[in-house]
Amino acid sequence: MSRVPAIVITGPGTNRDHDVATALEFAGADVRIVSSRAVVDNPRHLDEARVAVVAGGFSYADSLGAGRMLALDLTLGLGDRLENFVAQGRPLLGICNGFQVLSRTSLLPGSLGHNAQGEFDCRWVVLDRVERSNSVWTKGIDDPIHCPIAHGEGRYVHPDPESLAAAGQVALRYRSTNPNGSVNDIAGVSDPTGLVLGLMPHPENHIVLRQHPHHRRGGGGTSHLGLRIFETGVAHAKQL
Amino acid sequence: MTIRSIDPDPRVLQLHDGAAALGLPSVGDVHVADLVHVRGELSDDDRQKLHSLLVDPLLQKGTWSTPTGRAVEIALLPGVTDTAADAVMAAAEMLDLSIEHASTGLRVEFEDRVDDTLVHAIAERLLMNPIIERSAMGTIEPTAAADEETQVAASVVPLRGLDDDGLAEVGVERALYLDPEELRVIRDHFESIGRDPTDVEIETLAQTWSEHCAHKTFRAIVHATEPGESSPRRRESLMKQLRSCTEEIDAPFVRSAFVGNAGVIEFAKGTTLALKAETHNHPSAVEPFGGANTGVGGVIRDVLGIAHKPIAVTDILCFGPTDLPLDDLPDGSLHPRRIEEGVIAGVADYGNKIGLPTVAGAILYDPAYTTNPLVFAGCIGTAPARRLHEGPDSGDRVIVLGGATGRDGIRGATFSSATMDATTGEVAGASVQIGDPIVEKLLIDVLVGAEDMYSAITDCGAGGLSSAVGEMAEGVGADVDLALVPRKYPGLEPWEVWLSEAQERMVVSVPPRGVSALAKRCEKAGVNWADIGSFTGDGILVVRNDGEKVAELDTAFLHDGRPQREMNATLPDPKRSGATSRTVEDPAATLLALLGHPNIASKAATIHRYDHEILGATVVRPLIGAASDGPADGVVLAAPTDTHGIAIGIGVNPWHGLHDPEGMAFNAVDEAVRNVVAVGADPDKIALLDNFSWGDPRRESTMGDLVAAVDGCCAAAFMFNAPFVSGKDSLNNEYVGADGERHAVPPTLVITAVGHVPDADRCVTPDLLTPGNVLMLIGSTETEFAGSHLDLVLGQPDDPGVAPAPDPDAAMHYRNLHAAMQAGLIVSCHDVSEGGLAVALAEMCIAGRLGATIEDLPHEDLATALFSESAGRLVVEVEERSVPAFLRIMDDDVFPLGHVSESGNLSLPGVDAIGVSDLADAFNSRATAVHAEDSTGDTK
Repeated sequence: MSRVPAIVITGPGTNRDHDVATALEFAGADVRIVSSRAVVDNPRHLDEARVAVVAGGFSYADSLGAGRMLALDLTLGLGDRLENFVAQGRPLLGICNGFQVLSRTSLLPGSLGHNAQGEFDCRWVVLDRVERSNSVWTKGIDDPIHCPIAHGEGRYVHPDPESLAAAGQVALRYRSTNPNGSVNDIAGVSDPTGLVLGLMPHPENHIVLRQHPHHRRGGGGTSHLGLRIFETGVAHAKQL
Repeated sequence: MTIRSIDPDPRVLQLHDGAAALGLPSVGDVHVADLVHVRGELSDDDRQKLHSLLVDPLLQKGTWSTPTGRAVEIALLPGVTDTAADAVMAAAEMLDLSIEHASTGLRVEFEDRVDDTLVHAIAERLLMNPIIERSAMGTIEPTAAADEETQVAASVVPLRGLDDDGLAEVGVERALYLDPEELRVIRDHFESIGRDPTDVEIETLAQTWSEHCAHKTFRAIVHATEPGESSPRRRESLMKQLRSCTEEIDAPFVRSAFVGNAGVIEFAKGTTLALKAETHNHPSAVEPFGGANTGVGGVIRDVLGIAHKPIAVTDILCFGPTDLPLDDLPDGSLHPRRIEEGVIAGVADYGNKIGLPTVAGAILYDPAYTTNPLVFAGCIGTAPARRLHEGPDSGDRVIVLGGATGRDGIRGATFSSATMDATTGEVAGASVQIGDPIVEKLLIDVLVGAEDMYSAITDCGAGGLSSAVGEMAEGVGADVDLALVPRKYPGLEPWEVWLSEAQERMVVSVPPRGVSALAKRCEKAGVNWADIGSFTGDGILVVRNDGEKVAELDTAFLHDGRPQREMNATLPDPKRSGATSRTVEDPAATLLALLGHPNIASKAATIHRYDHEILGATVVRPLIGAASDGPADGVVLAAPTDTHGIAIGIGVNPWHGLHDPEGMAFNAVDEAVRNVVAVGADPDKIALLDNFSWGDPRRESTMGDLVAAVDGCCAAAFMFNAPFVSGKDSLNNEYVGADGERHAVPPTLVITAVGHVPDADRCVTPDLLTPGNVLMLIGSTETEFAGSHLDLVLGQPDDPGVAPAPDPDAAMHYRNLHAAMQAGLIVSCHDVSEGGLAVALAEMCIAGRLGATIEDLPHEDLATALFSESAGRLVVEVEERSVPAFLRIMDDDVFPLGHVSESGNLSLPGVDAIGVSDLADAFNSRATAVHAEDSTGDTK
């Protein structure tokens, strides 16, 4: 079977693009890393992809707020192409800074504020898939996903998180530890279609077993890999 | 526009914490707001667009009206890079708004009752740095663009005919920090060519000949007087000694040692690693955030400067006590707490933003570091094995890549070579550099994969273009024009452009036909480039300013004209016999006190602020175990697609150095090696880095300590068969003590060991795993308390006795241990260092959240057994059934201690049992930011 064409979109300062590319490759995709500027110049990069991920980092040095400048590239720069991408049923994922970017477009609800404790924080967390989630990225995942967070502005803010959950748009919640003060422990949210997912943690940094901090103690395991999310998204795109 | 956070702004909490720590009275309710000033013709619609650009309605409120009320506002000084303002300008262009100028600032609002004095104190002590910022009560005038001046010409510095006093005057006036002999040589040179130097020339010489760049002390002939001898013996230079040591070891994996920007090794065939560690002490003392920030940026560029892709950053930090009373703070110094906060934030900011994991490290506290904090930053890079670049070739173009040049960091190289005093902050104001990690990230994007496009590469570090182009031009010569160097703002004098240490710049030499390809690559990535001249082949360095010559120096004189320095050293006479033990009234309470000592206690609050997960290669993290809060010995990096990995370990112990610099140095190497072996590295594949932070070497005893330490380094390198591949020294780290006298900082030698891990799936960590398993001690325990942490906790007696002696069996023990690990016999393993065996066992219990029952101690004296810091020791956990095999491999040369237990207690003979939770609480007492318990769970 042919591999699914995927694109990782970056801005100047994106730094987990290669981590995401490796995860997508492990999940069976054929990956290209392309800067937002190159996508604006040549939107074919986006049109040819079946899966798109906006990777994490500090695009445009977080100037004017995390994700703001890259969001301008993807809206003012790309016009309605990114919305069309989703309208064609293609899955789109924003991780960390990518989530911040998409939350500043009309694609994802809510905002991401400074961590409640006021500092950048890097630690492993456990993510529960929300039962009623509409996300194509988490469909069929039963066991919690283990992966690290690494952000200073990951506190999810939404004026009405209950109705968001009722609409199936809450995809992932932090289990037992809410590392940043996100409302209702929300770690990841979807758009109304379930095709777009934004999350703060980094599933791309848990794609092999030994990456788990408790690997030597028998912790982790295949079913908890962050890789599951990429496999699910790529599998969905494959059916298109 | 004034922008306020809707939810509590985290900066308010930091301000309250900081004020309390400084002993300032409570300030009550405080609000923080960001300011954006714009100048331009804006319609209401434009303002609305800008409003929605700058303000997130779910998080912030913004207003265009001028704020009123009690407040202090802070803004950058003209000319200082304002990245946020640059972003406003860029976004305005995308939104089609016509803005002429933008600047940003910070506003802090207070209750009316708070008086001016307190507001000033908070602004000066907590909020602003006068070197790059200014403040105003109420509202501040927006920062204007720096004054537009016309191009300034170079000036001539009359030097010919000056006597020593006259030369000294020039030296002071221009802050050259050159020796009288060096100034004489420069004068004679210009007399011989019949003209006076220009300012560009004299500054170029001062930079090239600075201690920082020329390592004059390490290259000096040493006249060393041994203890008990009356006349000195002539010794070769310290640099030569370290180099010949590496040459004699002749390790098959060394590709390049002590040349270029970093050492290069090849553990796994086909892949080379570049290793480098740097110090950035002086800048960090003056501007902690910027100093540490650019220290990290600089060492990453060193790795880029030897054509390797950076993959990890390390940091070792030394601070004064963070609870130092304000009254004890020397004039002109920042409080250790502020230095600590700034330095850690600076390291985190650069590493996190550039996208490299900040992994191995250490933080040490001592009153001697109050005015002289130390910041050691390291970087490791990787590349497919290839021939090292051998250019530049005559005819190649001189291409500058990266950031624009401003007045930042002028004379940093010479400043770094000076001694700190109360006025240093003012004098050295311009020496502070401003970092921009994103620009350097883009440089990485451009340079990795472009290795075939250039013939030579180096970074612009200390000394800026003068150092970079000057070094590349050695023997070849170059002709460059400063008018072609991109600038941040106008009005720079030629010598300032030439010497500026503006960050994030690299220089590459490119054959003329290859320039356009590199240019294209740069433009695609958004990296600025400039062709400023060529390498000529005549051996002369010519610098022009818009065509006019402002410097013409023979590179032979520039690089080899410096007079050979000779230094006197009085070697120390450390006490090596007559051990004295200690009386420990309450061993249990003492153990808890040791675990809570700032040097030993958990660094979780700092570690979690560093992204140590990015790149997905961190297999053994700085914190490990059941609750991810136990301290690891070394860290291991292995890319997800690799089977093998590398281990990084650190060895440092300045307190031992106070008693025996040579023994300290030997044991620092031992500790670094032990730390990488403990996690699974092959003891026969280890490379070392040395970083010396020392006092003023012109004091003969300080120089003697340095000579002794280098002896210790070399002896240890021979014993472990582990070559040094790169090193760096930072001298003149001095402080004025309570006695009013000047003192050197404790001899602070940081050794970094990088070892090859054959199987990254089978690393070993210190967390106890299974009750019933046997605990054994490797290495021998002697009564060696001088410089111990027990003395730091209980106080040092009049006769401290001896510091830990080198363990001659360590290398053999480590090889055997590695064989046992390869055979799968080692369940967990921890090195014994600060605080001795008791602390090591406690840390293993904490990491595994399991108890241990110790039945036998390795020494009849309880204090010695528990708290002595003898070198070469490790504790291992072995399954009962594996014990015979383990003993066979170790030649029975181990000491059985006891067992892992389910009791939840650490039980030591003759000591009340201590609960593991009490141990953990003591260890975590300083880790205030550990707000979230680990939840990934032990699912075994």
